[in-house]
Amino acid sequence: MAERELNFGEALNEAMRQEMQRDPKVVIMGEDVAGGADVDHLEGDEAWGGVLGVTKGLVKEFGRERVIDTPISESGFIGAAVGAAATGLRPIAEMMFVGFMGVCFDQLLNQGAKLRYMFGGKAKVPLVIRTICGGGYRAAAQHSQVLHSLFTHIPGLKTVVPSTPYDAKGLLISAIRDDDLVIFFEDITFGGIKGAVPEEDYSIPFGKADVKRAGEDVTIVAIGKMVHHSLAAATELEKQDKSAEVIDPRTLSPFDEDTVLASVEKTGRLVIADESHPRCNVATDIAAMVADKGFDYLNAPIKMVSAPHTPVPFSPPLEDHYLPNPQKISEAALGLF
Amino acid sequence: MDIPKDKLLWIYERMQLIRVFETRVSTEFGKGKIPGFVHLYAGEEAVAVGICANLTDADYMTSTHRGHGHCVAKGVDVRGMMAELFGKATGICKGKGGSMHIADMDKGMLGANGIVGGGPPLACGSGLTAKTNGTDQVTICFFGDGASEQGTLHESLNLAAIWKLPIIFVAENNGYAESTPAHYHCSVENIADRAAAYNMPGVTLDGNDLFAVYEAAHEAVARARAGQGPSLLECKTYRHYGHFEGDAQTYKIAGENERYQNELDPIKRFTDAVLSRGLVSEAEMADIDGQVNAAIDEAVKFAEDSPFPEVQETFTDVYVSY
Repeated sequence: MAERELNFGEALNEAMRQEMQRDPKVVIMGEDVAGGADVDHLEGDEAWGGVLGVTKGLVKEFGRERVIDTPISESGFIGAAVGAAATGLRPIAEMMFVGFMGVCFDQLLNQGAKLRYMFGGKAKVPLVIRTICGGGYRAAAQHSQVLHSLFTHIPGLKTVVPSTPYDAKGLLISAIRDDDLVIFFEDITFGGIKGAVPEEDYSIPFGKADVKRAGEDVTIVAIGKMVHHSLAAATELEKQDKSAEVIDPRTLSPFDEDTVLASVEKTGRLVIADESHPRCNVATDIAAMVADKGFDYLNAPIKMVSAPHTPVPFSPPLEDHYLPNPQKISEAALGLF
Repeated sequence: MDIPKDKLLWIYERMQLIRVFETRVSTEFGKGKIPGFVHLYAGEEAVAVGICANLTDADYMTSTHRGHGHCVAKGVDVRGMMAELFGKATGICKGKGGSMHIADMDKGMLGANGIVGGGPPLACGSGLTAKTNGTDQVTICFFGDGASEQGTLHESLNLAAIWKLPIIFVAENNGYAESTPAHYHCSVENIADRAAAYNMPGVTLDGNDLFAVYEAAHEAVARARAGQGPSLLECKTYRHYGHFEGDAQTYKIAGENERYQNELDPIKRFTDAVLSRGLVSEAEMADIDGQVNAAIDEAVKFAEDSPFPEVQETFTDVYVSY
């Protein structure tokens, strides 16, 4: 029998549904996560189920006490999620777009990320914040950002960037069961991505990279959407007789250094594809790590493919120019030979 | 409202414990024993104690940068607090938080907070937990007059109101946001007047009158426990010290400190009231004074004698560290 396939959002939805069935402490909160709160004619049904429909159907199964529509008060509800997590619930908060984190940054940076440490280990903040990221949707500068590097920099946060429906479900289940504050990034262009997803619940450990394609000549470490672009680049490289290994770290904090170093030891070449702006991002961080710990493995300079140091432009030709793509990645790889 | 005698004794003991704690912190800070900076609560004791006299350990509290008094009123151990201020391994947070981050989850004390306006959203969270779990726990959200101008407070008042959360928002209006007077920074004369905008009861009180605070809190706590939602209490009070230790307080009006430290002092007013009404005897109070002084002496000695944390402690209590 063929394996069941789900799209990215359905995989996330199933993860939340199964975890809410398993643990009554899991609640969802955010803007329009159900939608239509207090509208009589909906009779408890949702209006939206999330802006991209990822939380569809959950309010019907779990009720409005556990799928909580919030006002457009990001500091208020993210802080409330932190406080609820510190006192025993396990909230999944939805921050519609990662750019909106700017509105509530204190509650993440100075509250959620720091409570456990400041309190000498006596508090924990088992909170997942799901958020949409990424360009390519013609959504312009405030709704297209890739800010995983910003959050990876902050101790007390874990950062997760899934690239497939299978990983999305397993990583979200891990995130919900994790006692730390996890920022979970969902690329806005992943709606159409389908893949095999087991029906039973399963978890994927944090800090364990996945080799999405094995190869011998060049290592491509790719994050989020860049995984798909790098797989396309690898197909192109194959035509040039170059075998690329594509590694998806899946979690950026914690980060699986061993898998990357073992691959570079084998291939001697490294390209890192990250849709972030080019400085102080996860790509520069991985490059520094390999230069430090794997310098002797390298037969060529480390190449990074990232977006430019500009806000994300709106106009389609500009955004297409802005975004990394398979061609940019394969050209960077070929330049190493 | 009659307050039972054992509670009156507890109230006096807690107010004195805060006063002596803060006085001693000022001394030890002056000697260079306490790293960083401290914001002292002395002068505002009737607020923290009058509110907390209505709580149990199961109730929650969020606090401020001026949090020592809230901690003591909620029953946090003064030895662990003092050791925390000294940065010692025996501190309540293992020396990792310091003055502005004292927390004690076992007492429902969700942390002092170094960010003005940082606490109210967290209070909505513990309120949501209690509501979701169907318990009768309430959350006290202390904030100063400075925080009343932060957007987080306004978001939180609205959230608490629409979700009917069991929260008592307590504005400690001590007249100054750092060096800036409330009559300049605040658009209304009384912060509690803003409660109307959030459809909740708002009461402005003499925060140096223990009995007034106790009674108002009693009513607000009962309302919250009964599932009737949040309240906003504004306690007008005064800090005897500056914003931080070392503040020259040039913004205060001549004679103001003296007036608040004498005829308007909350402990003196409480003492006069209970003695004149014969509710507590001078001997009983003297007895408490002796115990309080001994407890603070012991706390300072404990803090001084305790070791600093091992440097490896830098890497603990955070899930990913390197």
